[in-house]
Amino acid sequence: MTTITADHHGDHAHDHHDADHKPAFFQRWFMSTNHKDIGTLYLIFAIVAGIIGGAISGLMRAELAHPGIQYLHLWAQTMEGPSATMDQAYHLWNVLITAHGLIMVFFMVMPAMIGGFGNWFVPIMIGAPDMAFPRMNNVSFWLLIPAFALLLGSTFVPGGTGNGAGTGWTVYAPLSTSGSAGPAVDMAILSLHIAGASSILGAINFITTILNMRAPGMTLHKMPLFVWSVLVTAFLLLLALPVLAAAITMLLTDRNFGTTFYDAAGGGDPELYQHLFWFFGHPEVYIMILPGFGIVSQIVSTFSRKPVFGYLGMAYAMVAIGVVGFVVWAHHMFTTGMSVNVKMYFTAATMVIAVPTGIKIFSWIATIWGGSISYKTPMVWALGFIFLFTVGGVTGVVLANGGVDDVLHDTYYVVAHFHYVLSLGAVFGLFAGFYYWFPKMSGRMYNEFLGHLHFWVFFAGVNLLFFPMHFLGLSGMPRRYPDYPAAFEKWNSVATNGYMIMAAGMVIFFINLIWSLAAGKKAEGNPWGEGATTLEWTLPSPPPFHQFETLPVVD
Amino acid sequence: MATLPPSPFDRDRRNRRTLVLMAVVGLSMLALGFASVPLYRIFCERTGFGGTTSRAAVDVQVRAAAGHTMSIRFDSNVQPGMPWQFYPEHRTDTVTIGRKDMAIFIAKNLSDRPVTGTASFNVTPTQAGGYFTKIQCFCFTQQTLQPGEEVRMPVLYYVDPKILDDPDNRDTQQITLSYTFYPVEQGKKAS
Repeated sequence: MTTITADHHGDHAHDHHDADHKPAFFQRWFMSTNHKDIGTLYLIFAIVAGIIGGAISGLMRAELAHPGIQYLHLWAQTMEGPSATMDQAYHLWNVLITAHGLIMVFFMVMPAMIGGFGNWFVPIMIGAPDMAFPRMNNVSFWLLIPAFALLLGSTFVPGGTGNGAGTGWTVYAPLSTSGSAGPAVDMAILSLHIAGASSILGAINFITTILNMRAPGMTLHKMPLFVWSVLVTAFLLLLALPVLAAAITMLLTDRNFGTTFYDAAGGGDPELYQHLFWFFGHPEVYIMILPGFGIVSQIVSTFSRKPVFGYLGMAYAMVAIGVVGFVVWAHHMFTTGMSVNVKMYFTAATMVIAVPTGIKIFSWIATIWGGSISYKTPMVWALGFIFLFTVGGVTGVVLANGGVDDVLHDTYYVVAHFHYVLSLGAVFGLFAGFYYWFPKMSGRMYNEFLGHLHFWVFFAGVNLLFFPMHFLGLSGMPRRYPDYPAAFEKWNSVATNGYMIMAAGMVIFFINLIWSLAAGKKAEGNPWGEGATTLEWTLPSPPPFHQFETLPVVD
Repeated sequence: MATLPPSPFDRDRRNRRTLVLMAVVGLSMLALGFASVPLYRIFCERTGFGGTTSRAAVDVQVRAAAGHTMSIRFDSNVQPGMPWQFYPEHRTDTVTIGRKDMAIFIAKNLSDRPVTGTASFNVTPTQAGGYFTKIQCFCFTQQTLQPGEEVRMPVLYYVDPKILDDPDNRDTQQITLSYTFYPVEQGKKAS
């Protein structure tokens, strides 16, 4: 892909003192303009949000382990006093699914992928000293804090039947307008506004950085695929998020100022909200997975000691996924009442996305083929990603059929599908990237044994957790309910056991993280050997506070 | 072959230009989000998307397709809590395609205060929407009923003969026309 003259490496050793001068604690972490520090902040934020979002899914799996209501009423009484009714308990369920979805999408995956790894490695990989607008970068991060606080705070104020926003992450009208009185949903919507503003600022920053700040010789067609993936993602964010902002602004005015954009009584149409939401929502799922594609491409190439197979095809496959991703949104709305022709179009357009996705999968396999493979922890996570994302992609092709979706819509089959591509796809990509870059970011090696153990326990756990959901969905179990007929008990309890195995895997991860930060072996500049060809491996680990004061030259 | 790095001044200017350009792109998408409200309505009216009915002038000329009939079913609803009774005079009607026909709906105000209502409408199957053409309808305007008042409200409509040439409507034997009355509230205006 690119060959890099690494002779500037030596320069940094002697001007190390100037380049590595760090400001005092408060200024360094709270007023940071350094892309690496902001990336670290994003990663810490994502880990905290991931713990909260993951704990919420634990609550849901506990309740779903057996038919009937086990804990939900108790929790509602804990939250809202001993007089909490069953209806308030059911509302609490809606609040849990809403919070889990919003937290995982907006406050875990996106901050980690784009804010965390994007900030850390996009400038380094293109040979830039920092992001184009370092202070705007800081604003992007700190906007997330009030956004997250608003979302968490909404749980404690009235939202209709009980406390909290119980609208689902899609915030469909009329449930989110006339169906949810009280400030909780307003707070959740405002939270989305702020998180969206944060992401748009970040997207503009990434686009400017990648287009203008590349080192001499680093042409677009020499950029590492991770940079390509962040560039495409940034454009998706810039084009999709403002539409969400418009849609939820109209929700706010419908709720508070008497407009009727989504209210049939005043000439509006609740279906319009669904169109606007999914015009954002479908690109959003690619926003979450594309950086994962980029990470996996780097890792597969590094640990196969080969350049990525079909580099240009890989880059433009992501562009194609991004473009086509904007014209398939109504496959989320097949059951709203569509004519056959409209259904046919959205079915066909959706299936077209399988083509560039297939190019990526086969190019990864072709990269591994004949390579000198070393099964280090990042590599096993990347291979896990390829396998599990393919499983999720296959069920996606099933669901793309408008006719099949009539049956499977809003069943656990859909839950299984999107958790295979996100919880198993995006999250495996995140862990792969975390282990891959951990030595670079921290300057210490992680524990290889614990990394592998984490992988295998987590892999077994998530598959036990999510694979049975296919069976539940095919048997007709609907999403978003805390209770179900006894016939569904077997696979539900398997799924709950899978959750506990997955949670045990996370314990291993945190032990590894803490142990490695405290006592891990010192990492070399390039711990991965000749396969690691991107610019971050030419710097020491961790990189100096300011890198590339003399720009590297790529030829 | 490496080119010289751009001077910091040049780079800042280029960065600012990209920033402005991207901000414009973002704001355009925001504007498009809001513009989609009228665009969506126009799109539905033009295409009959999702069962939106068509509208024709009073003096419209259509050629009846003799021998081709369509069963029309009338459905009436009132938003819960609105003190109206609202029902069609006949539940079903069979019309010749292309011939103008009139259906009567009856509404009665059951309360002791004047109530203004407005009706939303739709047809199923949705692909028949564009062919169901109204010439005159009580749903085009707001209706105010005095306490206890009962009115007979006409709908003048026809089924466009072009429906016979549409392969998607080959199986359409009955069209359901549905109305829902909503109270017109203070401060709520149609968007």
